[in-house]
Amino acid sequence: MNPPVATPFFFYLLAATMIIGGILVITRKNAVHSALALITSLLAQAGLYLMLYAPFVAGVQIILYAGGIMVLFLFVIMLISIERAEKERQFNKQWLIGIVAAAALGGLFITVYTATTKGRVLFPEGRMSYGESDNTQRIAMLLFDLHSGTYMFAFEIASLLLLVAIIGAVVMAKKRI
Amino acid sequence: MHEFIEYILSYLDSDRTPGAAGNIFWATVYILLVFVGLSIAVICMNWLERKILAHMQVRLGPMRVGPHGLLQPIADAIKLLLKEDIIPAEADAIVFWIAPFIVVLAAFTVFVVVPFGPTHAITDMNIGILFMLGVSSLSVLGIVTAGWASNSHYPLIGALRSSAQMVSYEVAMGLAVVTAIMMTSLGSEGGTLSMIGIVQAQQAQGVWFIFKFFPLGLIAFGIFAIAMVAETNRAPFDLPEAESELTAGFHTEYSGFRWSLFFLAEYSAMIAVSSIAVTLWLGGWLRPFPNTLTGPTWELVFSLFPGITFLFLAAMCFYSTARMPKHPLFRIQTIGLAGFGVVLAGIGLILFTPGVRVRIVDIFWFSAKVAGFMYLYIWYRGTFPRYRFDQLMKVGWKILLPTGLTLMILTAVVGMRMELWAQVQEVMHR
Repeated sequence: MNPPVATPFFFYLLAATMIIGGILVITRKNAVHSALALITSLLAQAGLYLMLYAPFVAGVQIILYAGGIMVLFLFVIMLISIERAEKERQFNKQWLIGIVAAAALGGLFITVYTATTKGRVLFPEGRMSYGESDNTQRIAMLLFDLHSGTYMFAFEIASLLLLVAIIGAVVMAKKRI
Repeated sequence: MHEFIEYILSYLDSDRTPGAAGNIFWATVYILLVFVGLSIAVICMNWLERKILAHMQVRLGPMRVGPHGLLQPIADAIKLLLKEDIIPAEADAIVFWIAPFIVVLAAFTVFVVVPFGPTHAITDMNIGILFMLGVSSLSVLGIVTAGWASNSHYPLIGALRSSAQMVSYEVAMGLAVVTAIMMTSLGSEGGTLSMIGIVQAQQAQGVWFIFKFFPLGLIAFGIFAIAMVAETNRAPFDLPEAESELTAGFHTEYSGFRWSLFFLAEYSAMIAVSSIAVTLWLGGWLRPFPNTLTGPTWELVFSLFPGITFLFLAAMCFYSTARMPKHPLFRIQTIGLAGFGVVLAGIGLILFTPGVRVRIVDIFWFSAKVAGFMYLYIWYRGTFPRYRFDQLMKVGWKILLPTGLTLMILTAVVGMRMELWAQVQEVMHR
């Protein structure tokens, strides 16, 4: 396996792209601009997964989020009248709960950071031991193998949930089946 | 300086791709080669499409610029670059400006993993085919934003149609790809998503996946071959740019250089999906009969094909030269065509030299198979009428999707039966 090249540079580049994208998502008034910023942010996240030696997750991130879900988002957003939406005042009153959630998350980050600098171990240090070359195969073993499939049950439950959601969508959309 | 030359030379004996060997210099060279090669291929396709379509409709096609219109693509390119670049007043300027670049980026990035040969790929990824499908699915974002940002009716309708169409056909396409990937896991330690690994699996199993579990592989290939035409918005699935209904669809408002970017992206996306089909079902870079017709004689015979192809093209040029009108007005064109023939013959002769021959034979077979698909694309356009939108959706969701699902289950059942049978026989022998 080749040693990683310019790791800090790519990490900060991707992280900065993600943060800037995230800020643009909530500050743009034009919904299409927000969606495009969100796509940028999601793609940078795929890059971060790659840096964590998880190419399969990165690929799925690109296919599902950037290529699938966001296209449907755009599809819906395009049907909104942008001129009216830009003049409209913000009408959701969730700033209180938003501040609480942000403060809680910030507190969590600060706790983890100070704990790590003081020497207490909250998360065990270490690199991913799986190489890039057989990442997909290892994920498949964890999900589907009869003997070592730790997450088989959880995976099947999740797929059942998705199936229920699909059937629910069809039932709600169709008046007569 | 000496170290740098050592570094460059150290890759030459490698049996890995530059990406896998971690050689940045050769990776850059390969990227440039792929980029230049693609651009040339798009130029050739432009000319070929007009010529072949014209001959299918009993016309002559471009004949004025250069002999038999050979310089027409260059004339077109110059025209497009000199044209005024208009951004409509009501358009969303930034998005309008970005959209063509998204499409071009998506279309070109996928070539990072296309395997032109066991060592002739920029890099080999563990998730190769997923990467190709994922990145090529990003091009729909460019098309949708282009249509929306134009702030005009026809482009918006084109963009809506295209997003619905591409999302629908991606499902069927994915199912067909899964069928082929399941086949890679037969008779070995495990399956693979890597583009090079898929071709090597076909070599190890001694069969192209199109013939595997006949007719399962063939049907999966058929589904992919239909879905890939829809994915690239080509006739008979060219509803997003249907010229008789929507003027030019999502790129109606684009002109000049930006329009040519859409054009470039469309053709390189066609080449990209064709190379997925070639890699998954038609044995990638493998020549015909790699396991039965072996030995130095057959190796030699098959490695002569690239040179013979170019000599054949040169012979066609000389034949046309001889048939050129003898009028003085045609003198420059006649000389030009003869010169073109000489260049082609020269390339053919270079391809015969042993050192070059063994290195490019895999690239030749890969490109030849892709070229077959390119011809099919033109043929479809010349013969099939366009689908109506409800028919398009019906084909995608009601025919291709159930067939793909059934096929996936059947392939899994047949494959598992084969594996279990092999295990049973092993036990019986003991």
